[in-house]
Amino acid sequence: MLEQYIQDRLQHKELLLMTHIVLGYPSYDKSMYLVESMVEAGVDLMELQIPFSEPMADGPVILKANAEALKAGATLEKSLEMAEKITANFDIPFLFMTYYNILFKHGVSDFVSKMHDIGIKGAIIPDLPPEEASEYLQSMQQHKLDPVHIFTPNSSLERKQELNEHTSGFMYTVARKGVTGKDTQFGDELGEYLVECRQATDLPLALGFGVKSKADFDFIRGKADVAIIGSEAIRVMEDKGVEAVGPFIHSIIN
Amino acid sequence: MKNRGYFNQFGGAFIPEILVPTFDQLEAAYLEAKADPAFWQEYVNLMSTYSCRATPITYAENLTKHLGGAQIYIKREDLNHTGAHKANNVMGQGLLTKRMGKRRVIAETGAGQHGVATATMAAKFGFDCTIYMGAVDVARQRPNVFWMEQMGATVVPVEDGSATLKDAINEAFRDWVTNMDDTHYALGTACGPYPFPEMVAWFQSIIGIEAREQMLSQQGRLPDRVYACVGGGSNAMGLFSGFLDDKEVELVGVEAGGRGKGMGEHAARLAYDDATVGVAQGYKTYFLQNPNGQMMDTHSVSAGLDYVGVSPILANYHDTGQVRFEAATDDEVVAAMQLTVQKEGLIPALESSHAFAQAFKEAPNMGKDEIILINQSGRADKDIFTVADAIDDPKWREFIITKADQYRARAATEGGVR
Ligand SMILES: Cc1ncc(COP(=O)(O)O)c(C=O)c1O
Repeated sequence: MLEQYIQDRLQHKELLLMTHIVLGYPSYDKSMYLVESMVEAGVDLMELQIPFSEPMADGPVILKANAEALKAGATLEKSLEMAEKITANFDIPFLFMTYYNILFKHGVSDFVSKMHDIGIKGAIIPDLPPEEASEYLQSMQQHKLDPVHIFTPNSSLERKQELNEHTSGFMYTVARKGVTGKDTQFGDELGEYLVECRQATDLPLALGFGVKSKADFDFIRGKADVAIIGSEAIRVMEDKGVEAVGPFIHSIIN
Repeated sequence: MKNRGYFNQFGGAFIPEILVPTFDQLEAAYLEAKADPAFWQEYVNLMSTYSCRATPITYAENLTKHLGGAQIYIKREDLNHTGAHKANNVMGQGLLTKRMGKRRVIAETGAGQHGVATATMAAKFGFDCTIYMGAVDVARQRPNVFWMEQMGATVVPVEDGSATLKDAINEAFRDWVTNMDDTHYALGTACGPYPFPEMVAWFQSIIGIEAREQMLSQQGRLPDRVYACVGGGSNAMGLFSGFLDDKEVELVGVEAGGRGKGMGEHAARLAYDDATVGVAQGYKTYFLQNPNGQMMDTHSVSAGLDYVGVSPILANYHDTGQVRFEAATDDEVVAAMQLTVQKEGLIPALESSHAFAQAFKEAPNMGKDEIILINQSGRADKDIFTVADAIDDPKWREFIITKADQYRARAATEGGVR
């Protein structure tokens, strides 16, 4: 399971990197290429986002990626096929990130069992708080998959402990309020917040929202266990082409 | 996050984690206000001094004679300040915003009525105000955009997705997840995550409470059928909530039939068979979506009914049979509006005209001793461009051409000076 994998890797390096792509953006072929270049550049885990027409928690970059993927013909079926190919070809763990309606319309337990069959290890569903998630949480547990939840700067200690009870693998901590892809101040306040997060969970901490440079990555080292890069990799791809993404990731890690 | 506001299988609160404390705070403020009789009194006082409550019920004698069946009565929500029932909800949420100590309000808007109402409330209470509005709607409802901006609100056109109401809601949520500390999101209809559906319906229940009393005191009896248009469902919930315990009153919700049946042609989630249960925009209800769960485009001549989802409370009443749902097409709606203008001198909004259209279909088949009540949720001043187009009025066209020529000439001279 993901927690063990992360702990093992942390024996060899102090900070892991998780990246994110939107399946089918700009095309399924390019998605495959992106995964390949990210894995080769040394990424430790990846989030594969299944596109949804109403990505409420995402900022402009990922919002546009979702819309473009759907316009280019992305479907759940094709995304599942692509995910299966990805897990078969690459040796790092992959998680799904998507919105609850994608699971709900398909049938929650069947969706989770498919995740298991195609080799996906966990999921992040940002519009599914544990209160609404009993079927999902049960199925995830049954298939030994990791449901990842989110700590925010607004979460009380009590809420964090509640979330911790329903989470396995690692805890996704967002660096600030707001949606994905906007700037984050990497400073003292963030350090203190991560200390509070540690007090609420024994799981590894992954920090996301606004991570975009080597300086950010270096700041996070020693404070969290995994840094998450989402929108910035998409931005690099849009500005400089798919070939630029591997070198970008490489430059952050090394 | 304890009571999650379910109406059988519909409702809930599917919200991003960052908003959980904000919803806890809102729920607490709402429940406290609801338990406090002084709050409702303050609200009623505000609405009777700042808006036009109690709004009257008008007997539509000419329409009644013309259609030759049931007696037609009209609840006049168009007489609210800003011209629609939207003011009821907005003023209520304004009072709550004050109670929560917040200094900024944001809102989504479709037709612009809710945006104008929110901008008005913000001006009155001294709040900063940002309104999110689909770019398509900005283009078709310029008069409302004009007034929002005059009142000091920032109007943000939303280009994402179908650039209509649902996209404006997503964008308002994106603002809220960033600015929740000082900002209240005044959602405009009985949709969204708990406690919005229930809270908005509570503020709007002032319509039904008044209407029931007025029918009893003025006609000595309750209506046999009541009609309301259904976008998100707030004016319908408001009127219906006065009659939920009266088994003899039939409740009829009228949705946007657009160009008729077929996905993409309408916005009828309950009256037609195209919608299925799903979860989006923070709540579970019937959505017009494809089998993958992606939301589909909708169509209606009225921006305010052009929406993929519907109040979870009404979705439940649909399944239990407590409310009957029908749809009126664009053409029927424009005709019903014209008839009302000609026969009664009343100008129902295109949204409200859906309720009129359905009532006009049914009234002739009812007895002369039967009574129907239609909710005129708003007036159509804002729709003047759309309606003038729909009836293709040559004098209006002439007027716009002349006006445009004047603006062009002025732009040219100003350009020359610079
Ligand atoms: C006049 C009027 N009636 C009805 C509606 C539809 O909303 P609801 O179904 O919440 O009453 C709108 C929405 O903009 C409106 O402006």
